[in-house]
Amino acid sequence: MSGQAFVDQLKQKFGDKIAGANFENVDPWIEVSVDGIVEVCKYLRDEPSLAFDYLNSVTAVDYLQTDPKKAAKADFEPHMQLVYHLFSMQHKHSLVLKVMLPRWRDDVEGQIPAAPSVSGIWSTADWHEREVFDLLGVKFTDHPNLRRILCPEDWEGHPLRKDYEMPMEYHGIRGR
Amino acid sequence: MSTLVDDPRVMEFDVRTDEMLVNMGPQHPSTHGVLRLVLRTDGEVVSEVTPHLGYLHRCAEKIGENLTPRQWIPYTDRMDYLAGMNMNLGWALTVEKLLKYEPPEKGRHLRVIIAEMGRIASHLVGMGAYGLDLGSFSPFLYAFREREKILDLFEEACGARLTYSYLTVGGATADLPRGWLQKCEAFLDQFEPLIAEYHTLLTTNSIFIKRTAGIGVMSREMAIDFGTSGPVLRGSGVDHDLRRDGEEIYTAMYDGYAFEVIAERNGHYPKDHKYPAVPTEAILGDCWHRFYVRMLEVVQAIDLVRQAIDRYSTAEGDYGQPRKLNEKLPKGEAYLETESPRGQMGFYIVSNGEAIPWRVRARSSSFCNLSVTSDLCRGCLIADIPAIVGSLDIVMGEIDR
Repeated sequence: MSGQAFVDQLKQKFGDKIAGANFENVDPWIEVSVDGIVEVCKYLRDEPSLAFDYLNSVTAVDYLQTDPKKAAKADFEPHMQLVYHLFSMQHKHSLVLKVMLPRWRDDVEGQIPAAPSVSGIWSTADWHEREVFDLLGVKFTDHPNLRRILCPEDWEGHPLRKDYEMPMEYHGIRGR
Repeated sequence: MSTLVDDPRVMEFDVRTDEMLVNMGPQHPSTHGVLRLVLRTDGEVVSEVTPHLGYLHRCAEKIGENLTPRQWIPYTDRMDYLAGMNMNLGWALTVEKLLKYEPPEKGRHLRVIIAEMGRIASHLVGMGAYGLDLGSFSPFLYAFREREKILDLFEEACGARLTYSYLTVGGATADLPRGWLQKCEAFLDQFEPLIAEYHTLLTTNSIFIKRTAGIGVMSREMAIDFGTSGPVLRGSGVDHDLRRDGEEIYTAMYDGYAFEVIAERNGHYPKDHKYPAVPTEAILGDCWHRFYVRMLEVVQAIDLVRQAIDRYSTAEGDYGQPRKLNEKLPKGEAYLETESPRGQMGFYIVSNGEAIPWRVRARSSSFCNLSVTSDLCRGCLIADIPAIVGSLDIVMGEIDR
């Protein structure tokens, strides 16, 4: 599912909540604003001609160039991307959605950003969002059970963030 | 259940059923690796199951951000260690999708042979270990006897028996050795008649049917909602297989092959096979159906390997030399799911134009399949927990990555 016509149709329905689209990539994607993601997802699932009833994956990508030499040339501002891969069992088509978030809420280091949870729409999102929270540090509001899933409960930091540093010591185990 | 009775003899016979938390695992033999389940029980009835994972977590995705795509292939082996070949294939195809590279025809048929042999080996373990979960030891020995022969074939092709790193970006690390196809065919001829034995051992075994039929019934809607895939999804009657319905780059591999998706349609499984019919106790979506789908997929995989051998031996040209990937990766991102034995294994690669990917992600099929347990096990008996978790056929290495 891609093409300008489809994006225009979504834009007509949701206005500013459809923030943009990229057709050049191997998998084209549509960018949705944070406050519109639940609404858009609900529509994508319930509209019979789209019927995206299957959520493949929820993940995030941290955009931060830690190497100061490369940072000067980087073509992106530091930010966090949420990526949703959807599929329709009925029509056998797929779609990629993205949500742009700041790396830190209000630019205060240590304050993880938040996005609304889609676990009410697809149950797959429950564990996937927990994983994103655990490894990348994005909080999902309205999530039924937002705990760490792969790391231990008392782990500090979010390992897949680009500026993550392995702790020196964890319960007497040397880290580095 | 009152404890305030005057007659002390009544106390003696009073069965108290307080709520109790039972810890299963992480070293429990029936949890297939290091999975810990905390059960909230009332007597024998389980009211809540909380899975705790992460015991095998190595953050392979972070490692992938520091290696080139070809260097990461050995890490994919170690995720689903029972189907390493299929994991290699998934990752190789994802990178090829980003590179917009198409392997030669011969290479595609080679991949089908290897991937379907991997599927047989993996389903054999799934079947054998499931028997073990339910207290039947012999199927496990039968299954491993045959799996060993497949591993021997794999060893001859690539030198490894478990972590192959054989299929790689561009094709495969080497062509199949001389005489390999004959050995493979000989194995299939010897193996195919034995499948009836496994059906006698488990599928039609009345104890096995009692333990699995009607247990852990997952509806079609629930299976889709939780993002389950593979035999778990098809066991609920969803007609979906990525080998037919997947993306072009993956389905091109199976282009022209004759096969049917193993899922129940209108009360029937495809193919007029001589294997036993569905027992009357079984309900669509229960443990028995998930097991049965796996068994039928083995038969189908044999058929696919035979077709692939024919095509491979007549195909002209190169088997697909590995891509060196000395140049930088193109900028962009690609996501691809392939039908691995346990379900849809997805890989996601993000590149910012350097030789090392910016972000690597593995979407695990078992991870989604396992997430159903809490809902599936609500209200069942403790003894049914191994039956339900076993029927999902999970591999913890893949879940924890």
